[in-house]
Amino acid sequence: MTPTKPVLRVIDLQVSYYTEAGRALALDRVSLELYPGEKLGMVGESGCGKSTMALAMMRMIKPPGRIEGGQVFIDDVDLMTLPEAKMRKARLSLISYIPQGAMNSLNPVLRIEAQMRDAIKEHLPTMRDAEVQARIYEALESVELRREVARMYPHELSGGMKQRVCIAIGILLGPKVIIADEPTSALDVVTQRQVMETLDRVQKQLGAAMILIGHDMGLMAQFVDKVAVMYAGKFTEISPVRDIFTNPLHPYARALIESLPTLNNKGVFKGIPGLAPSLINRPSGCAFHPRCSEAMEICRTVTPALIEQRDGRRVACHLYDQPIRRADEPAIVASR
Amino acid sequence: MTPLLEFRNVTKIYSKGLLSRATTVALDDVSLRIEDDQPTIMTVAGESGSGKTTLAMLLLGFISPTHGQILYKGKDIAKLQGEERLAFRREVQAVFQDPFAVFNPFYTVDHLLSVPIEKFKLARSKREARDKMEEALNAVGLRPEDVLGRFPHQLSGGQRQRINVARALLLKPRLLVADEPVSMVDASLRATILESLRRMNREYGVSIIYITHDLTTAYHVANSIIVLYRGSVMEAGDIDCVIRDPQHPYTKLLIDSIPWPDVNRRWGQTEIKAREQDHGSVETGCKFASRCPFVMEACRKAPPPLYQVAAQQAAACYLYEKQPVLAREQLSQVLPV
Repeated sequence: MTPTKPVLRVIDLQVSYYTEAGRALALDRVSLELYPGEKLGMVGESGCGKSTMALAMMRMIKPPGRIEGGQVFIDDVDLMTLPEAKMRKARLSLISYIPQGAMNSLNPVLRIEAQMRDAIKEHLPTMRDAEVQARIYEALESVELRREVARMYPHELSGGMKQRVCIAIGILLGPKVIIADEPTSALDVVTQRQVMETLDRVQKQLGAAMILIGHDMGLMAQFVDKVAVMYAGKFTEISPVRDIFTNPLHPYARALIESLPTLNNKGVFKGIPGLAPSLINRPSGCAFHPRCSEAMEICRTVTPALIEQRDGRRVACHLYDQPIRRADEPAIVASR
Repeated sequence: MTPLLEFRNVTKIYSKGLLSRATTVALDDVSLRIEDDQPTIMTVAGESGSGKTTLAMLLLGFISPTHGQILYKGKDIAKLQGEERLAFRREVQAVFQDPFAVFNPFYTVDHLLSVPIEKFKLARSKREARDKMEEALNAVGLRPEDVLGRFPHQLSGGQRQRINVARALLLKPRLLVADEPVSMVDASLRATILESLRRMNREYGVSIIYITHDLTTAYHVANSIIVLYRGSVMEAGDIDCVIRDPQHPYTKLLIDSIPWPDVNRRWGQTEIKAREQDHGSVETGCKFASRCPFVMEACRKAPPPLYQVAAQQAAACYLYEKQPVLAREQLSQVLPV
């Protein structure tokens, strides 16, 4: 499968929160492309703007937050210019969002099928009841839940089952882009694997593009094709999953990888020194420079752009501004 | 020598409602001991509902066992009085999961740290109290000037959790119960917090019971591990043996499901049987039987005893019935320090 046209194009999306302490630039003109069937992992520390980006793409940013610019295309539709009524329709049918702790977002006094029917009726008011029912069963079965679950209330289900109900709602209308925000952070490892396998299967069935948000790098290694590392509202590196784990380019990405406990580094893994930056008083230049072990003079003053490298990876770091190797040298940047 | 802490056939049963007889066995006949002279880090691992938090609550004396005894330095903690009780309260400290929920938002960090100093009369002067606070903060890698005088909301989750560790350290405890101390902090900060726990163990001789469902971090900090499933010990032993070569089918499933941050180590392919809806029914056999891919006739009849599968490893599974039986009371023999 080699799709030629991206299904999702985010261009210069910018979001700020206006707080009493000042304006916090939570998302600083980020751009992204995603092809059908592709799975992107978006990682970064809490407060780096991952969830803000997801919410902005859904146009669900609430005051004091504001989307200040940018475009989000799904195929040829720019979500940012749609009237609100059309945007409501677009949610779930073009782009769906499985929020963090989604399992707690189910209405406790409604049966599962009632909540699913609401979602369908909102988009397809003319659909006949029998068809709606069939669609509900189909969605439940695709996440490996029995039909009887439709008649149950949320409290009768386990955490993993509730999370799968939320996935079923997310895919009810066959969206082209699915955003899952830490879909398994409250679940046990075994249940987590079950839920992720379910998500993987339905995503493949739909051929949808998917963005998985989280800070569990282990999950990313097992699940996604590409990883986008976010820091202080900007992407620092976007690379294929294998490259990010074996040869991270950006110093922040490298620190993130080195902070992971694996089977092979017992007792030597280490944290990233320093604290995540404030979004109100962002450090000048590259936001990571106060914590970066390789910061140079230029990093304090000039913000690095996200530049595509020769192997197609994208990095925003002054270490990679100039061609670092001659054309006859091997394409690996590990000389330091 | 009297062990620091001893669980003697501890069982905890919760009953639901006033009239109904439905009961849940949260912890089922667990015996273990932690020696006084050899500080260790022991992991208690399991999924939600495995009884790991019940074990922590029992250990801290917040709840009392239905059967069995918990001894601290040879004395039943339920019967501690006066001076002894105070000593127990000081020497056994805890760090809990949620660094956002344990702080009183109206008090500064100084207050949080000075209260235990006053209560336990650890310092004779303000100067000395201040020195002790700074020493404890330094030990967990925080700069006192960064955190003292601040309110909890001005601190990050990682800083708060390290302050919790510092507060525990201040009291020079003998035993620390850490219940999921890193599950709510960013991956990049986990290493720092775990490192402060390790230093506490190494440099201050504190034994730590590390309660978690995260076997990756357990592997990195602990010496030994006990794997619980619905209140029963499934497997126990040396952490390297158990993580690298698990024997019990449940432990295998758990370890197979860890998403290792390693693109060359894929998730396991073993099929997961859905967890059965349990209706509090009385089960006679192995608790894992309904989900076990190797289930046999015997598994449904009686719960398996612990079999010693290696010098430092035991598993409660009939697959190993040719191995010598390890009495439940002897569990600690396979746990290295």
